[in-house]
Amino acid sequence: MDLGKASFWGYKRENGRVGVRNHVLILPVDDLSNAAAEAVANNIKGTLAIPHPYGRLQFGADLELHFRTLIGTGQNPNVSAVVVICIEDQWAKKVADAIATTGKPVAYFGIEQHGDHDTIMRASKKAKEFVQWASELRREERPLRDLWVSTKCGESDTTSGCGANPTVGNAFDKLYDHGVTMCFGETTELTGGEHLVAARCRTDEVRKKFQFMFDRYQAVVEAHKTSDLRDSQPTKGNIAGGLTTIEEKALGNIQKIGRKCVIDGVLDKHEVPTGPGLWFIDSSSAAAEMVTLCAAAGYTVHFFPTGQGNVIGNPILPVIKLCANPRTVRTMSEHIDVDVSGLLRKEMSPDQAGDALLECMFRTANGRLTAAVALGHREFVLTRLYESA
Amino acid sequence: MIHFVVHDEHDSVGVVVVEGVKAGDRLNGWIMDQDKEIHIKAMSDIPIGHKLAIKPLENGATVIKYGVDIGKTIAPIKVGEHTHVQNLRTKRW
Repeated sequence: MDLGKASFWGYKRENGRVGVRNHVLILPVDDLSNAAAEAVANNIKGTLAIPHPYGRLQFGADLELHFRTLIGTGQNPNVSAVVVICIEDQWAKKVADAIATTGKPVAYFGIEQHGDHDTIMRASKKAKEFVQWASELRREERPLRDLWVSTKCGESDTTSGCGANPTVGNAFDKLYDHGVTMCFGETTELTGGEHLVAARCRTDEVRKKFQFMFDRYQAVVEAHKTSDLRDSQPTKGNIAGGLTTIEEKALGNIQKIGRKCVIDGVLDKHEVPTGPGLWFIDSSSAAAEMVTLCAAAGYTVHFFPTGQGNVIGNPILPVIKLCANPRTVRTMSEHIDVDVSGLLRKEMSPDQAGDALLECMFRTANGRLTAAVALGHREFVLTRLYESA
Repeated sequence: MIHFVVHDEHDSVGVVVVEGVKAGDRLNGWIMDQDKEIHIKAMSDIPIGHKLAIKPLENGATVIKYGVDIGKTIAPIKVGEHTHVQNLRTKRW
């Protein structure tokens, strides 16, 4: 595939970023605001509420990550406008003000001293205004480099490592040459292959930061483990699919970063990329947590290879699923966007598989609904660092 | 027809990529990195996605896949035998 003059049709936002979706988001800051947020989304068609279970009595780095993830989600260019709802007025304002730095329309509402009824009415009026405004925004043709592409795999099996993940790697190698902003993560799922990732870092400084993130996560595992993690990492699904050890899973995982592209930078969970290239994001390997962090970091399209058939989606980030396991492609076909099982029959070359994924990427960016969206998957899962106070 | 794939010719194991492999089946393998063929007789029933040994492995031996260490055996493994949690363990954690 010649990507030299490749383009896609996206929504150019006020801050110059380009989105591929046009969501009006109803964003609850805490668990208590879910009911009002969902009521607003029910009242005003075409808006999207993203309920979640957290936001009360968090503190320190965990609270900062909570705010940063909500703010980043609102700032994502796949979102055109945001209505923020919080039990407390001041925190609603804090989140709304940070999202508003992008220039997009944002309104906020506190529930205390108003009650749900009045809040829902006020927020619904604003949401209606936003959704009608957003419905008149038009896509425009944009160069490939305006796309931000993230990846994370899930319910992996051995076919992930020899088929679906190398397909992402092939696509990443091609996108890297054209100035696309990309990322991968899953810190503990690099265990056994961390030396290979470290060797791919652009500078010693990047390598040092990667090693710091890797060692920090290993310390969490060491501090809390009660066994060798044989029951959770690899998962039961991984083991059913033939993966035996974390090292084997990690080496399959790493196939996603291809053979050529270099790791240009390393981000903590609350940080966002500052330029094009391949970024490592310190993150959980749990699918919805990691994809939620990618969305909050500003990514607009996601590659999700699976082996045994993870069904995840995300509310604002289109999740493209690819699979090389012929049994999963047969038994779970409604979840798979790109079938690369031909790779394992030698009917498809790695280059053809990478191109098939890129073709689906362009169609998805241009508006095609992913299987996950069509099936209603919108898992929005916030990462917690420790207990609430 | 390809029944199993191997990443690298120095690997100890391959991955079954078809359903219904039974003990005694003669299997065709494809070594992907070197684009070579190998042939092995299955010693166990092996589900799709699961590994078989392509080299004899002693108890405690390091198992290589992708050309890299993926753990150690906890029992001897014959060529063509199912290689999984019953005879292979992580060296980490």
